[in-house]
Amino acid sequence: MSTSVETIRDLAQQEYKWGFVTKIDEDRVPKGLNEEIVRLISARKGEPEFMLEWRLKALRHWQSLERKDAEPKWANITYGPIDYQDIVYYSAPKQRPAIDSLESLDPEILRTYEKLGIPLEEQKRLAGVAVDAVFDSVSVATTFKSKLAEMGVIFCSFSEAVQKHPDLVRKYLGSVVPYTDNFFASLNAAVFTDGSFVYVPKGVRCPMELSTYFRINAAETGQFERTLIVADEGATVSYLEGCTAPIRDENQLHAAVVELVALDNAQIKYSTVQNWYPGDKEGRGGIYNFVTKRGKCVGVNSKISWTQVETGSAITWKYPSCILQGENSVGEFYSVALTNNRQQADTGTKMIHIGKNTRSTIVTKGISAGRGQNTYRGQVKIMKSATGARNYTQCDSLLIGDRCGAHTFPYIDVRNSTARMEHEASTSRIGENQLFYLRQRGLKTEEAVSMIVNGFCKTVFRELPMEFAVEAQKLLGVSLEGSVG
Amino acid sequence: MALLEIEDLHASVDGHQILKGVNLVLNAGEVHSIMGPNGSGKSTLAQVLARRESYEVTQGRVLYAGKDLLQMKPEEAACEGVFLAFQYPVEIPGIGNAYFLRSAMNAIRKYRGEDELDAMDFLPVFRERLKLLEMDDALMSRSLNEGFSGGEKKRNEILQMAMLEPRLAILDETDSGLDIDALKIVAEGVNALRSSQRAFLVITHYQRLLNYIAPDFVHVLVDGKIVRSGGPELALELEEKGYGWTEAEAQPA
Ligand SMILES: Nc1ncnc2c1ncn2[C@@H]1O[C@H](COP(=O)(O)OP(=O)(O)O)[C@@H](O)[C@H]1O
Ligand SMILES: [Mg+2]
Repeated sequence: MSTSVETIRDLAQQEYKWGFVTKIDEDRVPKGLNEEIVRLISARKGEPEFMLEWRLKALRHWQSLERKDAEPKWANITYGPIDYQDIVYYSAPKQRPAIDSLESLDPEILRTYEKLGIPLEEQKRLAGVAVDAVFDSVSVATTFKSKLAEMGVIFCSFSEAVQKHPDLVRKYLGSVVPYTDNFFASLNAAVFTDGSFVYVPKGVRCPMELSTYFRINAAETGQFERTLIVADEGATVSYLEGCTAPIRDENQLHAAVVELVALDNAQIKYSTVQNWYPGDKEGRGGIYNFVTKRGKCVGVNSKISWTQVETGSAITWKYPSCILQGENSVGEFYSVALTNNRQQADTGTKMIHIGKNTRSTIVTKGISAGRGQNTYRGQVKIMKSATGARNYTQCDSLLIGDRCGAHTFPYIDVRNSTARMEHEASTSRIGENQLFYLRQRGLKTEEAVSMIVNGFCKTVFRELPMEFAVEAQKLLGVSLEGSVG
Repeated sequence: MALLEIEDLHASVDGHQILKGVNLVLNAGEVHSIMGPNGSGKSTLAQVLARRESYEVTQGRVLYAGKDLLQMKPEEAACEGVFLAFQYPVEIPGIGNAYFLRSAMNAIRKYRGEDELDAMDFLPVFRERLKLLEMDDALMSRSLNEGFSGGEKKRNEILQMAMLEPRLAILDETDSGLDIDALKIVAEGVNALRSSQRAFLVITHYQRLLNYIAPDFVHVLVDGKIVRSGGPELALELEEKGYGWTEAEAQPA
């Protein structure tokens, strides 16, 4: 027996393929967080007064939280203290190019995205995905903008939106995730430097997938981006998010906020493939990923669907959620979270049913390998007003080896007796008999594991846009490589 | 040269000695049957030959096509042409049968330095073999063995065998749990594959299957040892007299 346990256990480290560093000149503010820094960031970005005020209010709130208990402590994760004064809150490639002109972009940055396989260059525009690239703290390129503009779709960096569409920003910023929401959301509100902004006007189906690739490059910096997506009445949009970072020994903080707003009959599909640097085999380095993502189905018959594939980060703390306010609105959460080596993930969702006949679906697949710890945490809340609400939840955990852990914390709070709730959960282990069966047919152990895991995740992958699904499958394979000898 | 030579094979599971000195020689083109009471070590022998790592070989050697089989990993043995039809086929949720089969074929082809099959090359052969085993197309888009009946699982094993075209096919009680029609279909599937290049080791508890797959040799395994070998008539004798007779023989004199 011992050999097979050892094989399953022998989680050799697959090299993180996205771990290179790009050499470019950076414009960065000094380390530390105080009012001066926040003013400096706002000034660098030439922001209007309302933004500065909002940031300062957020800072004060964050400072009061920090004095009390700092980060929330309820998550099933452990890490050393984070020194918020030892972080650079703003780093940007110097000589920021004029937006939309890839030619004037530092060729090193262009090469970085090429290496990452992200189509920024002209010829790859045929790929049919509009891309916004965020390098360290600022957006460096947004493709396909003019074509989208013809249909009235706004897809640009957050900074640009603040300049060009201040009314929209003012109206929706913080409307789903207020700056008081939680410790990390307050921090983000105070110091966020860029991100993506999307507005799809009434009745428009966005003709292509919109995509942002986030890249942390600079050392000792945090990345604090903010994404705001608004789908006006009857609008439809599908948005993809991808992320990578270089290999560094120190932990880097990523505290992002995503807000989605769906008005009457609008639909937003938000897909993430998160592959931040996970740290090495011993747990050195890696990104601390503390993210607040929330969507609000404001209008009737609106729908917000989150799909996430989380393979990276040393720590993932993330609960993409839906507030189902409009009658008949629908919220969905499909998640694959993989933890290998010393990675820890505490992730899940909240579905808050307010409107009548609101429906939500939660399907999560947690995979733990090595000494990874994987926690599903989810809340389904049916408010008194939500007559006829329905929820279906399915949480499955898969264990690879005998030194990892899977945990589930489903919270259910029902205040309307007409609610219909269904909950299914399972925990399984990749069996030695399954591996042997596949290997007996000629597959190598790694291929066998990858196949079993992909089968396990199938219902989630099915929700991803095609190319993303292929990418996610490969990524899962790579993240598991070496997980079995 | 013999395709398979087993010499004084001893093996244990979780510290229990199960195989206690098995000797057996299979030549290409031959069909051997192993019979024996429950718990005598038939599956253990099959799993050891397929290189299951939780089965520890404590003594003896096995040559397969002139190579040391006991040095091989399961996937190497598979790629070298050893196939085991499992007594208890395993379910793998979320992975389609056809996709799995093509992956397995390609893993083996890759090992042999051959080009991979694309769906266009694969499908015609696949369809033909499905028909041979009278299997429903619809089963193939379902997950591997998931929710299959016992009989469907066994047939699926034979389908995989027919697709992978092994040199040494080991069938572990493929007949148990099959009704007579399914039994005939499975036997036909095996018979269609019989060739001078290939050998079969057919493990069964009952003589019934051997009416349809005529073996060249029959061996009786009792308590981890082959206690008798003979021609097809041995199977009939066993059917008549039961295993008690051979078990008595297995007792040290
Ligand atoms: N994991 C195990 N631990 C202990 N004994 C086992 C284990 N697996 C099988 N055995 C025992 O080994 C013997 C042979 O089993 P097996 O090879 O499956 O027999 P057969 O296929 O002939 O019915 C049986 O007595 C069985 O109980
Ligand atoms: Mg058996």
